[in-house]
Amino acid sequence: MATLTKTNRRDFLKIAGTTAGGLFIGFNWLGCDSPKMEVLSDEQVLSQAKNFNAYLSIAPSGDIVIYSPNPELGQNIKTSFPMVVAEELDADWKKVRVLQANLDTEKFDRQLTGGSGAMPHSWERLRKAGATARYLLVAAAANEWAVPAEEITTSEGMIFHKGSGKEASYGDMAIAASMIEAPEDVVLKDKKDFKIIGTPVKNVDSRAIYTGKPLYGLDFYREGMMHAMVQRPPFGMKIKSVDDTAAKAVNGVSQVVTFDNSVAVIGNSTWPLMKAKKLLKVEYEPDGMVESTSDHDRIFREMLDSGKAEERRRDGNVDMAFKNAAQVVTAEYQCPFLSHSPMEPMNFFAHVKENSAELIGPTQTPDRAASSAAEILGIPKENITVEITRLGGGFGRRLRADYADEAVKISKLINAPVKVTWSREDDLTGGAYRPAVRYRFEAALDSDGNMIGYKLKGAGINAGNSTRQNNFPSGAVDNVLIESIDHQSPITTNAWRAPITNFLAYAEQSFLDEVAMAAKKDPVEFRLALLEKAKANPVGGELGYDADRMIGVIKTAAEKSNWGKNPNVSQGFSVYFSHRTYVAQVADIEMENGAPVLKKITAATDCGMVINPTGANHQVRGGIVDGMGHAMYGNLTFENGLPTQKNFDKYRLIRMKEVPQIDVHYVDSGFDPTGLGEPALPPTGGAVANAIYKATERRLRTQPFIEQKEFEDLNLVIKRS
Amino acid sequence: MATLNLKINGKTHTVDVEEDTPLLWVLRDHLGLVGTKYSCGIAQCGACTVHLNGEAIFSCSMPVSSVGSDEVTTIEGLSEEGDHPVQQAWEEIDVAQCGYCQAGQIMNAAAFLKKNPSPSMDEIENAMNRNLCRCGTYHKIREAVAKAAKI
Repeated sequence: MATLTKTNRRDFLKIAGTTAGGLFIGFNWLGCDSPKMEVLSDEQVLSQAKNFNAYLSIAPSGDIVIYSPNPELGQNIKTSFPMVVAEELDADWKKVRVLQANLDTEKFDRQLTGGSGAMPHSWERLRKAGATARYLLVAAAANEWAVPAEEITTSEGMIFHKGSGKEASYGDMAIAASMIEAPEDVVLKDKKDFKIIGTPVKNVDSRAIYTGKPLYGLDFYREGMMHAMVQRPPFGMKIKSVDDTAAKAVNGVSQVVTFDNSVAVIGNSTWPLMKAKKLLKVEYEPDGMVESTSDHDRIFREMLDSGKAEERRRDGNVDMAFKNAAQVVTAEYQCPFLSHSPMEPMNFFAHVKENSAELIGPTQTPDRAASSAAEILGIPKENITVEITRLGGGFGRRLRADYADEAVKISKLINAPVKVTWSREDDLTGGAYRPAVRYRFEAALDSDGNMIGYKLKGAGINAGNSTRQNNFPSGAVDNVLIESIDHQSPITTNAWRAPITNFLAYAEQSFLDEVAMAAKKDPVEFRLALLEKAKANPVGGELGYDADRMIGVIKTAAEKSNWGKNPNVSQGFSVYFSHRTYVAQVADIEMENGAPVLKKITAATDCGMVINPTGANHQVRGGIVDGMGHAMYGNLTFENGLPTQKNFDKYRLIRMKEVPQIDVHYVDSGFDPTGLGEPALPPTGGAVANAIYKATERRLRTQPFIEQKEFEDLNLVIKRS
Repeated sequence: MATLNLKINGKTHTVDVEEDTPLLWVLRDHLGLVGTKYSCGIAQCGACTVHLNGEAIFSCSMPVSSVGSDEVTTIEGLSEEGDHPVQQAWEEIDVAQCGYCQAGQIMNAAAFLKKNPSPSMDEIENAMNRNLCRCGTYHKIREAVAKAAKI
């Protein structure tokens, strides 16, 4: 059914001129399609285009410019956002060019990439932006042709009136339409009429990426800018003394400056700075606690045995349930710190002037970079511009503004435009990691194998609340106690793709597998029974998840993976709800020549409507590869406040030959789209660990798997069909 | 400092740089050829892959002084119109997520296919395993290399 919606005035400010331009490096579709036609540059199009709203301008040539406000880090938002606008506009996609918008808090809100939240937040706004412009184009045609607007139809950038046989392009009507007042209400399309949404539209930057155009922050260059690299202190340390004599003597180094507890080497190009940084002699001394991984192992035990944990959720009478239990299952799970390690290391450009600053670079939160710069410089935030480059990955690391702050501070100190570049070693040792966490789970079973009590205690190191107390199985168990306790460490931590749940889901889903085994129940049936109970009689009131949607993905994953049908296949099951999306996964292991062979992971996802199947498959597969890679190999350990793994020779990332076949399925639940950047990752570790258990009876309770004694002579083979 | 004449993408470029400067940083900082990416700097990830006389090498670990008169090809010079079969396949399969590693992936694939025009999937994986992709586009990369072999 078509829906009538109120227009959000904030999104539809009529803006004179089009000044939101980012980097003009969009792939030119016209040039590809008809080489003989005159191809207008983005600047030419923009100079003629009429602005309809924050997202959209249309030129008399028929070219359509759609601004994508949110930072693009590989989640494909720069393609999927404009698809939604173009859909409601009834645009010819070939005439659409997409530009990254700069930070503009007047025109856009939530201009950030995080929490898989962009699409659910903007879905209706984007649709309205397209539908409103279409309404105005139709109104302009109705005026010009003196026919009722209701008799006018549109398709692929063309306007038609059947009765009079008149037709015009959107370009023909752009100027007239832009002069009509935008309506308060606008009719949105019936979803069944979608022509662009639901189709595999290609990444709008693909041509630029595959020909090596300067898209990323690290590629940014401006005449006269300086380069800087920074030596940062180990965690918990401060500078005692700096000897920069040898560093300064390197040809190409112009100066060395010290700020906070950091030392910056400045020069005209990157390589001399990499050399000079190694020649810096910086002595550090403790500034409070200085920690090593061995300390953390002790701290975890102390926290889990302490009674000081914070209660996050309590249902029923837990003590009674465990006292009456026929069987109690207990297990602990632990994960290490992880680095985000996006392929493009941290970097940022800043040009601080008298009472303003220009920032350019890869950030998931341009607004935070601006706020932070304003605070550092003591100038109004309005005087700071932020241009968002394409991000060579983010995984949460670029939610922080620390590396942009460095550029701001150095630019001010040396009174020149500067680009700060982190080396890979800086990236691995410079902080803001996925926190290390240890969980203790306890389950009470009655004599029929029903889970009557469930306890979870999470102990984290700078993890905040390491539980998700309202997630499944809460609501499905009568007696529940969920607690967390946290250790404040000088080692900095940050959101890491699917924060907390990136590990909690593995631990919980592995533990539920242990409980199902103890109860002698099929892991899928065991979960479905809990969910049916939660649906019928939710414990503690409203559920924090939609039991039907979780049941939907469980059943689909079971069906598509032939769950339990082939006795030669050992299957591991896992399901998790995070960031509004439901994902169930099954890992298949077959024994070949006495060795377990991981062959396939089957995923069933309910993210509501799929906007771009190519992008969605990318996110699901990529999330699974990420989840599996870090469960298998990821480990960051500390020695006196400094990570032991400083580059990819020691910090192991998953490679092509370590990835199994991944089959991706979707459950069409009819809901509006939710995000997919994170939710496919959390279930993977559990699916793989549960399959390994099924095949070998070895339970992997600590990540990374390859460093555990259970894994030593496992001889796990990973093979693609 | 040394004055070097480098043959890059069919043209000769003269640069004044320290001899130990990796080819990667000469390309990026001195010649503005930023399509070749920096990521690890120690020949572990492949983002910096270029061709040296047609062979895929890690430009981050190749001192510019050892390039001599060898022909360097970067992503910018792989094809004039951006339509090398590997580039076409990458676009057709829509490989990229963040895209940062893809220039290196493409350069490695192009050198590999020149030597082995009809590879098996195992051969593709053996050749491409040296390039990291943090977004996990490995399935698409395999598919695209196989596709490029048929163009």
